[in-house]
Formats: sequence, structure tokens, C-alpha cells
Amino acid sequence: MSYTNLKRVDLIFDQDFNPKEIIKNAWGKTNDQIINELLESGLKGRGGAGFPTALKWKYTAEQPEPDKYIICNADEGEPGTFKDREILFKVPQKVFGGMAVGAKVIGAKEGYLYLRGEYRFLLPELEKQLDTFHTTLNELKIDFNIKIIMGSGAYICGEESALFESMEGHRGEPRNKPPYPTVSGFRKKPTVINNVETLVYAFMICKHGARKFKELGTADSRGSKVFSISGDTPKSGIYELELGMTVEQFVEEFGDGDTKAVQVGGASGFCVPRKKFKDTIIGFEGVPTGGSMMLFNSSRSMYNVLHNYLEFFEEESCGQCTPCRVGCQQLIRGIEAVKKGYKHTTYLENLQRLAQTMKITAKCGLGQSVANSFFSIVENFKEEMIY
Amino acid sequence: MSKKINLKIDGIPVTVDEGTTILKAAKELNIHIPTLCYHDDLCIAGNCRVCVVEMKGSRNLPASCAMPVSEGMEIMTNTLKVRTARKHIIDLLLSEHNAKCTTCYKNGNCELQNLASEYKISEPMFIDLVPHKHYQMDAYSPSIIKDDSKCVRCQRCVRTCEELQHVSALGVAYKGDKMKISTFFENPMFEVVCTNCGQCVNRCPTGALVERNYLDEVWAAIYDPDKHVVVQTAPAVRVALGEDLGFDAGEIVTGKMVTALKRLGFDSVLDTDFTADLTIMEEGFELLGRLKKALVDKDPKVKLPMATSCSPGWIKFIEHTYPEYLDNLSTCKSPQQMFGSLAKTYYAQKRNIDPSKIISVSIMPCVAKKFEADRPEMRSSGFKDVDYVLTTRELAIMIKQAGLDFTALPESHYDSIMGESTGAAVIFGATGGVMEAALRTAYEVVTGREVPFNGLNITPVRGMDGVREASIKIEGTTPDWKFLEGAELKTVVAHGLVNAKKVMDSVRDGKSNYHFIEIMACPGGCIGGGGQPIPTNMEIRKKRTEAIFREDSGMKIRKSHENPEVVAIYKEFLHEPNGHKSHELLHTHYKARHRY
Amino acid sequence: MPEIKDLVKNLAQKHGKNRESLIPILQGVIQAERYISDEAMTEIARELDMSAAQVYGTATFYSFLDTQPRGKYVIRVCRTISCAMKGKNLINQEIEDLLKIKIGETTPNKKFSFLETNCLGWCHKGPAMLVNDEAYTDLTPEKVREIINQYMKK
Repeated sequence: MSYTNLKRVDLIFDQDFNPKEIIKNAWGKTNDQIINELLESGLKGRGGAGFPTALKWKYTAEQPEPDKYIICNADEGEPGTFKDREILFKVPQKVFGGMAVGAKVIGAKEGYLYLRGEYRFLLPELEKQLDTFHTTLNELKIDFNIKIIMGSGAYICGEESALFESMEGHRGEPRNKPPYPTVSGFRKKPTVINNVETLVYAFMICKHGARKFKELGTADSRGSKVFSISGDTPKSGIYELELGMTVEQFVEEFGDGDTKAVQVGGASGFCVPRKKFKDTIIGFEGVPTGGSMMLFNSSRSMYNVLHNYLEFFEEESCGQCTPCRVGCQQLIRGIEAVKKGYKHTTYLENLQRLAQTMKITAKCGLGQSVANSFFSIVENFKEEMIY
Repeated sequence: MSKKINLKIDGIPVTVDEGTTILKAAKELNIHIPTLCYHDDLCIAGNCRVCVVEMKGSRNLPASCAMPVSEGMEIMTNTLKVRTARKHIIDLLLSEHNAKCTTCYKNGNCELQNLASEYKISEPMFIDLVPHKHYQMDAYSPSIIKDDSKCVRCQRCVRTCEELQHVSALGVAYKGDKMKISTFFENPMFEVVCTNCGQCVNRCPTGALVERNYLDEVWAAIYDPDKHVVVQTAPAVRVALGEDLGFDAGEIVTGKMVTALKRLGFDSVLDTDFTADLTIMEEGFELLGRLKKALVDKDPKVKLPMATSCSPGWIKFIEHTYPEYLDNLSTCKSPQQMFGSLAKTYYAQKRNIDPSKIISVSIMPCVAKKFEADRPEMRSSGFKDVDYVLTTRELAIMIKQAGLDFTALPESHYDSIMGESTGAAVIFGATGGVMEAALRTAYEVVTGREVPFNGLNITPVRGMDGVREASIKIEGTTPDWKFLEGAELKTVVAHGLVNAKKVMDSVRDGKSNYHFIEIMACPGGCIGGGGQPIPTNMEIRKKRTEAIFREDSGMKIRKSHENPEVVAIYKEFLHEPNGHKSHELLHTHYKARHRY
Repeated sequence: MPEIKDLVKNLAQKHGKNRESLIPILQGVIQAERYISDEAMTEIARELDMSAAQVYGTATFYSFLDTQPRGKYVIRVCRTISCAMKGKNLINQEIEDLLKIKIGETTPNKKFSFLETNCLGWCHKGPAMLVNDEAYTDLTPEKVREIINQYMKK
């Protein structure tokens, strides 16, 4: 199988780079120049939410508050996502470099990398790499310091405001928004929080310029992205690919010949059934993803898949808001009851209405996203949900 | 001048200050948006999602209690989308709730019940989760019962215990479906640093946190022909009882309350205010005694500042948090406990009743008093000094159970011999009241003159500020008190344990030089106590406070030492303040407890 | 126990005594003891001068900050969909057979605890598990037997 359909890209993992050079160059530019470069590139957040990175940096830079922070969100926890682990392992200097440039633009002196507890084995090497990086900054006389903070096993801490709460020593319970992190984030100060991959792309755009990035992808989904691919595939692993391919193209490359569904974006993403492969684009204009791509062939029970996701959410929900805390419990018990025949098939419609309510009333993205997989699996695989 | 924002709610334009939430803006238009986790006294949580509204241009429904207004915002509070969502939220809450309302203590006074009724919830829409939950109930404490099966996880209790009281005995534990409100290691409330102040009970919207009630025991005592049941009523009860029986906040219902108690069958209806006056005598002289020891004898062991000791929530707080200052507390018992020990000694003797047949009941605005009555040292009479403590709320229940039409009751007077009181006693119910009462007496004892304040109203110690300092210059003393000539008596009043902490921290850090400290555990003082009618907010507490001071100015006698029954008890029984008999019956000791 | 007191004291010295130090201190206790006892939490409350209920509430939020006693080696097998499809149930069964304990339990000699956890980020090499902080991937029942035997010898 060739990559004629899917363009393999090497912006992220390319080892041919000199962090000191790139940083020096960036420091030679004005903040506006850097922001404009990022704006032109069209870079959007790579953690799943897809907010334009240039705007996030711009809004934070504009805040009059002198104390600001830049945080790298390395709490990769979305089922099926394992690309940040690889990035942190292979090119940590690029991550730190991206943080440094971001810090310059917004005016932060301190940066933090919030690393999920499950990746504690990365810590010794990361600390070493960080020492090297700090030495580089010292040589360039740049006043910026990064500290690594460990998580302790909570998926919800990947949500930006829950992450701040966790860093401040509290339970990882998401905050009310507004105010948004650009105004009030870590320690209630203006904060830029970016995914690992986003920071690397930002750094690479500093190196290569906007054009190289802009040339890839589509109008809404510029550039490339790192995907972590698993499930029923002979080619599971980590791949950097151009954005904007259809699911059909993706399956042609990575499927095992019998793919019946692709879960794009993990448990909080969308399940695309075979009949929709052709018309679904992997990108912000179609189904966005933080990188997680899971393939299911016809031997898999989509009921088991949905059940697995709901079990995940039921446990990982922070529990503070009613629609998510109780809604997740109702959804999982609901599909169990329908599957076992204790509730009539029409009960699924009740559950769909409930999922809709969760989507529009939950306090944070976790509760709001449960509906994504719920709808896409129940609607497209209804026959597998009933007795 | 803060920036003004113009918006529309349900099509009606309104202008408010920048930073106002949608909920508050709607209130200006008299549009009521239902809430559950929101409370006037507490910080915004935004977790129940009951108050969601539709906002033009947004796909999601924001929580109106947390979302600030913005220019040109258009809000709809009752569209089909909102109603469907809100109904779902209520249904979800009910599915994890032990909804056996008919047998719940809060039946008729439950915010979840009100919501279900408002939205005409009929059939349960979702699966009942309660059988899978293995909810715990903690009924070990004599004061507060915690029933997890009725918790809606609004976190009001946690916010109350943290923000208002700074005790944080309750927190949120676990996550996901296991998330719950929990004490340290899920230990019983009885065993943790809970001060029993009951502020959480006041703010719990459902029956998850309620006071332990003693209704059955008291009814049984009243109808036991063998028993002589005596009841005492706290000052703060008479300005709040009406709220549960058809009156507005701030109505003084003393006369009707006494009539009701007589009709309920109590053998003697007496007044805690009597022992409040007695407390002033004992505590006032105790303070003067300590001042003498400090200034004249230069005794290094004497403890100043002295702090009041009538608030059992405060007592438990200091026992846990500042045990090194226990000797600074006045050794005086609270008026409730003084009454209790006198009821089975002085009263029994004077009325020729066998003390073993006396059941002593108190009506209190307080939930900590139940714990206080149970303290092992509170048996100076040879029996349990106070047998049962009922909250204001429980008394209202008894009155309803007896079929009395409270509003139509005539007024009566308290019985004697422990039913006479003064204005100084009734103000015990408000923050600053004990201080004011003590000053009215102490100043006169030392100088022979009344306190130099118009109408005896010592306004510097009044008000709702958390910490209030006042100093009084003592001039023109009588010969006995010459050592105080020219001295400035420095006092401080604090209410709410968060302010108690502030005061004690400043004492500990040597930043203050107070002589006398009054601390009430509850915001507002006893009128805001954990046993008072629900709901509570600043406005209600202010009205109750105004009523207390109205009652004070309307009383014939305004100073504790002029109470004729107090004069009589010293003459016949106690002989002198802080004397041997007083120490036996009216003074107590404290217990250092674990800090965390 | 004086050891816990010293442990907490040292951790507080290292990480500080404000609220932001709480989770690093809790993590430090986990590294040493594998679980946080009520005694440890009381000491932490004392060092940070904060409510014990809040220490408990914060610790119990995080799956890796166990407040129940755990063994010296805590095994966490991933149960999320990709590992489930690759056969994590077989792995669980193998561990059950080897250690004679069920999920959630600890061996009587307090050497091993057996838990399930959510996505570990090794989906392309599932089934996967953590033993304390070490990750083991591409598991088969045989491989698991080998790994656990290694730990048994320690």
C-alpha cells in the first residue's frame, strides 16, 4: 500500500532541527510578526477542540495583567490517543521550544508541563531534556523557566479549567466559563494552555514559516496532524498525515478489509459507519479528532463499544454537574436494559433525548461530548443495541 | 460607576451593572428562574444546572446563576428547549434520590420536592439508581443527621462549612458516579471537627442534612403523668418562630409562643433569658475578677482576653482549633445549661418537686445545643441538666401537630420563678448582644453610672460586620474599682466561625490587645442559628436582628443586674456571683480535641 | 507512626506548605507507601494547616492516589476499548489465576494489588498494564506470567 492517497508528513518527528537557532530567530521577531505567521498558517489546536492557536496567544498577550502563564497540556487521556507520548519521547525539545515562543508572545516568565500520571516513566528522560533546554535558554539570556507537574490518574484533568484546578491542589473539577483561560486561568491569571502537538507545530512554523504548513490540508483544516491508530488494523501506530482526507481514504490505507466503523476522536468523538465513509472528512469541517482513530471490523459488537465508552465516562466524570454525573449512569444502565430486554426499544429514544440534554446543559466538554458517540453509535447501529 | 449592560430577558429590556449574572438580572424583572445549588450567602457553584436558560446565538444552555450578562444578550427563560432540559435535570436528580417523601423529615419543606411539583413530574422517566447505590446514613451525632440517599450534590453544605465557617468538616470525595459529600475518611460527623453549628442544615435544600429531632421523646414526657416538664425558650426563638407558622420574618411572637407552649402541655413555661441575665452577672464579675488579678495582683497565670462561652458551636471550634486558649474561655456555662442545672435544684426546691421527676426541655435556635446538653460534664444537678433540646423548627412542628392556630393565639406571660428577664437578656440572640449586655452591667458596677450611650444602645458593638471592635474608657470609678480608673476596655465581637478564626489568629499572633471577646458561631449570632426556620439569607437575618433590638427597647428592665428574679436567686440560693454555689452549678470546664 | 510523620515532614519541606503542594506531597506518599493512610492524611493536614476532609476529598478524586491499603506492586490493567478488543480479559484471568485475587484486591502477603484502569495510551500495543510506574505492552498470558514472576522474586 502506498501513500499516494494520504500524504505522509514529517514536520513533527523530523529530527533535523536546532532548537537554539529557532528560538534565537523567534526572539528576533516581534510578537505581532509571530502571531501573524501563526494566523496565516491556520494552525488550530491539536488536542481535539481546534481553537485557532494564533488567536489564543493574541488574546492572552492583550491582557494587561502582568503575571501570565503558558501550560502544555500533556494529560493525554482520550481513549485511543497515544501520540503525545511519542512526541514527548522523540522530540521534547520542540515541545519546550514551542512553550518558550508562546511565553515570549504572551509575556509569561513561567511555563508548566502537566504530564499525566500514567506517563510517569517518561519523567526521568524529560527532566534531563528540560535541563538541556534551560541551559540553551540561559545561553540565549532568555528569562523563562518550565516546570513539570505530574497528574494522578484523572481523564477530566485534560479539560483546561480542571487542569488549572488540579495544578492549584484541588479536585479536578471544571470551572464556570466565562471567564476563559485567556483572562483567568492558572492562579486566576491569563493563561495559554496548548496541547503538546500544537506547541510543536507552532515551533515548526517558526522554523519553516507559515507556507509549508498552509500548503497542506484544506481551508478549514490547514496543515497536518499526528494520528494514533489502533483497533482492527494491520498498521496500528503513530502517523503524521495531512488533514482533510475522507474516512474512505483513511480506511483504504489502514483498514483490514472488513472495516465496519471508525471511531474518530475517541470516546468523545464520532463513530462513522461504513455507509458514511465516503462523505465524511477527517478535519474540523467534518469529524475533528485529537488524533485518536479506532477501527472496528464486522466481528465487533458496537453495543460493547458504546458500553465501554459509557463505562469510561461514568467513572471519569468529575461528578459535580447533574446532567453528566447522573446522565452517564442513566445512559449505560439504559442501553443495558434495552439490550437485555428489560426496557422496550422505544426507551432508546428517551435516552437520545437525554443525551441531547446532556450535550446542551453539561458544565464542561466531557458531559457535552458523551452525546457524540452515543448518537452516532445508536443511530447507525440501532439493530445491535436491542435484544 | 461601573459599566452598564443592556440586555433582554424574555423580550423585556433591562439594564444592569457589568458583572451581574443573568439570574440576578432576571430578579430585577421579577422573573423567577428556579435554582438548586445557588444560595445568596455562598459563592457561585453552577453545578446543578437547574437554572439553565436559552441564550440567543448559543447552542448550549448556560447556567443563569454563573453566566455574566453581556451587551445585547437575549435570554429566554421558559422555552420548550429550556423546559425539556430542566425537566430532564429534575428527573435525573430524582432517579438517584431516595424519594420517599411521605416519610422524610423535610416533607413539605424540600426544594427538590418543590421543583418536582412545579414541573409536574409524574412517572419516573429514568431507571431508579438508588438500589445500586448503597447509600450511607450517619445518625450517630446528637445534633445532625446526614442521609446520603437524599443528597443532590449541590455542595451548598461544603461551601457553607468552608466559606462561612472555615471549618471544612464536609468536603467532596471521589468522582464520577461515586462522587459524594463526605467527612474526613467518611467518619461519622460526631467524630470529626464538625462544630455542630448546623449552618449546613440551614442551607441543605433537601433532607440530606437535618437536625436530630426529639419530638417523640418530648411528647412522651409531656403526657407522662409522673413527670413535671419544664421548658425554657432562647431569646432568638421568639423573633423567628413565626416564620414557620404564617408570620413574616422579624415578627416578635413571644406572647403567642408562651401560650402555645402552655397549650402543648408543658408544666412550666420559663425563659432562657432569665439565665442569660444570670450569665451576665457571673461572666461580668468573672471578667472584672480577671482584670483585678491582672492589674492589681499582677498574677501572670490569669488569662486575658476572656472569651464568651455561650455558643456551643464556638466552644467545639476552639476545643479543636485553639485548645491552647481554653483557659481564656469564661468558665460560665451557657444560659441553657445554667437553666438546666438550676431547674433540678433551685426550681425543684422552691416548687417542692422531686428533681428526679423533672424533665427539662429547651427550645433553641441552635443545633449545637443538642450536643452541649449531651456533654458528660453537664450533670451538675445530679441528673442530666437539660434532657432534650428542640430547635425552633421542631417547636413549630409540635404546634402544628397539636392543631393550634398560632396566628389566632392570645398572648401570655412566662411562669415564674425563672421566667423574668430584661432587655439585656433578649439581645443575647443577636451578634454583639452578649457584649452589650455585659457592658451595661459591668460599667455600672464599676462606675455606679449607666453606660454613656443613648438609650443604653451600645451601637458600636451592633451590626453585621464580621469583626467589630469597640473600646470603652472607664472614668469615675467607685472606690472598689479604682484600679480600673482611666483604663480602656478593649472589646471585639465576631460572628461566623470564619471571623472567629480571624480574631483568634490575631490573638495568637500577638497582633491584638483585647480584654473581652464575644464570639457567636453562627452568622448573625443566634438569630441565624442552625435550628432556625429555613430558608435563611442576609435580609431575613437583618429583620430578625431588628426585632431583637425592638424587643429590647420595649422591655421594662434593660439591665441584667436589675432583674428581680436574679436578685432573688442570689439572695436566697447562690449568695454571690462566682461564689461556691455558682461554681458548683453554673460553671464548667472544656476539653481539648483533635485538631484535624 | 513516626515514619509517616517524618515522610510527610520531608515531603512538605521539599514541595512547600501551601495548597499547591498538596498533590505533589500526596504523590510522594504514594511513591513510598503505595497508599495514603488516614494517619498520613492527618499529618498532611497538619503540615499544610488545612482541613483533613479537604485532603481526603482531593486524594480520593484521583485514581492513582489510593486511600485504601495497596500492595508493594500495584498492577493496573487497561480496560478501555482497544485493549479490550485485544484480549485484556485473558490477561485479567491470568493474573487472577497467578495471584489468587480478584480485581480490586490485594494479596495476603501485601505484595501485589490488582486493579483495572482506563486508557493508558498504549492502544496500538494492547493489552497493556502498569506495574507501579512501569508500562508493559503487547501482553499475552505467558508474558504476564513472566513479568509477575520477576516481581515475585524481588
